Amino acid sequence: MTGALRIGFIPLVDAAALIVAVDNGFTAAEGLDVTLVREVSWSNVRDKLNIGLFDAAHLLAPVAIASSLGIGHVKVPIVAPFNLGINGNAITVSPALHAELMTNLEGDCFDPMATALALARVVAKRRKDGAEPLTFAMTFPFSTHNYQLRFWMAAGGVDPDEDVRLVVLPPSYMVDSLASGHVDGFCVGAPWNSIAVDQGRGHILHFGSDILGHAAEKVLALRQNWAEKNSDVVAALVRACARAADFIEQSRAEAATILARPERIGVSVDIIQRTLDGRLTISRDGTVRASARYLLVGREAARPDPVQAAWLYSQMVRWGQTPLSADALRTAMGVFRQDIYEAILGPAGANVANDGIGAFAGPPFEPTDIAAHLKAFKVGRWKA
Amino acid sequence: MSADQSPKIVIVDESPIRAAILEEGLREAGFTAVVHISEMQGLLARIYALDPDVIVIDLENPSRDVLEQMFQVSRAVRRPIAMFVDQSDAASIQASVEAGVSAYIVDGLKKERIKPILDLCISRFNAFSKLQDELERAKSALEDRKVIDRAKGILMKMKGFTEEEAYVLLRSTAMREKKKIGEIAQSILTASEMLK
Repeated sequence: MTGALRIGFIPLVDAAALIVAVDNGFTAAEGLDVTLVREVSWSNVRDKLNIGLFDAAHLLAPVAIASSLGIGHVKVPIVAPFNLGINGNAITVSPALHAELMTNLEGDCFDPMATALALARVVAKRRKDGAEPLTFAMTFPFSTHNYQLRFWMAAGGVDPDEDVRLVVLPPSYMVDSLASGHVDGFCVGAPWNSIAVDQGRGHILHFGSDILGHAAEKVLALRQNWAEKNSDVVAALVRACARAADFIEQSRAEAATILARPERIGVSVDIIQRTLDGRLTISRDGTVRASARYLLVGREAARPDPVQAAWLYSQMVRWGQTPLSADALRTAMGVFRQDIYEAILGPAGANVANDGIGAFAGPPFEPTDIAAHLKAFKVGRWKA
Repeated sequence: MSADQSPKIVIVDESPIRAAILEEGLREAGFTAVVHISEMQGLLARIYALDPDVIVIDLENPSRDVLEQMFQVSRAVRRPIAMFVDQSDAASIQASVEAGVSAYIVDGLKKERIKPILDLCISRFNAFSKLQDELERAKSALEDRKVIDRAKGILMKMKGFTEEEAYVLLRSTAMREKKKIGEIAQSILTASEMLK
């Protein structure tokens, strides 16, 4: 067994299981000599994994699927035998946009349908006044952030490609761009929403889990051909990550200290602890909102679910990133390797949402008939 | 762009020195339409205003992800751009990622025309890294020399050595311990600091 591995990651809290597995000695205990490489862009992580400079990576779940399908880039089949994170994103808006939304809100401010309708009213008013369209940022074209933001807006009748500007921004630029007025809101993972709130520049409008109850966010990604040739290394790595996921559940404070180190995530222990606890300050006035489903990085998040992959693929189709095809759907679902996970760790992990997704709007997700499912949504680029 | 015109190249790089090295190389090779962007705020808008045929970006730049958006079909994106990837040419992708540079091209630009640009970027990026390494090495050699001089001074004072004898002792200890002479000198400095 070749034990020396290079694994890429982006400094985000949902890399927790991977970072703790290495820094707490779980990978070493499995006989693996892992070097974690901190990266600055998802493009870099993807490319370095694709060409073999990385053996594995902390990767956006939709990128693993897009790579396997060859959408937007080179086709490199990827397998994801372990889910590093479920949920964990949030939509943050500038204090000005927040005030405008609250003025136009009819209903509960934590109800995404109510806020989406408020957004539609704000957008309509701006158009009538001849004002510039609102700009929203997300982290990557193939990201849960992109699909969550789009799903939310579209439910209120806002077309994300026509009625607002939707732009890609690196997470580290989000807070400054909100402060400078270049963007009015964004959807990003932890810790960036909390940083915006702590600096008094943003208001957390929604947790990602308000929009989708259970969304695959980041996966442990490996090249399929490499994983096939190194199945014992894959098993060792998955076991180490599972041990780390258990450790994070049992010793959150200790895990937060490990993750906060400058060479890992490099933010305060307090912000990481709040994130792991799902207890976020959402406003400048210190309002705290807690949700046990805000971010899942423990064992309940770990088992890959092909239904999740199917949903992500359906969103690529909905927003015109790729045409609908039965073959592609099969390939997408095959990226999330529940079989590898269960062969190594046994069956485990309950999915709380009935359809595996738990979206706040639209009919329950139906992976066997994506065309029929997408027809239920008015806004989108896909036409039957 | 007509066939005989030089393609318009935009360099996105926050390092002014590396960008200058690259720009110079491109101009020497006959690519005269080169623009450097060092400010990442509003990057996409600037790129659209310049309307380039080729975009070159360094891999240390988080804004690489911003460029990925250009592959998408949406209102924000007016001219679809693709990353320079040639499935048949894995070696060139490998070389470019290893050198730390990535190139994006407007759909339709011929592969034969982008290849020399990319090759040039790779060689200039590698040259820049080498330069940086040499600078680092020179800096650390200078540091070492300062540390060795101070360690020699301590040995001369404490043991009554000549400078030559002090150096011989440092060197022979380094050889015996299989360490660098600078490391031995540093440990003398540390020890003398602790024993003060």
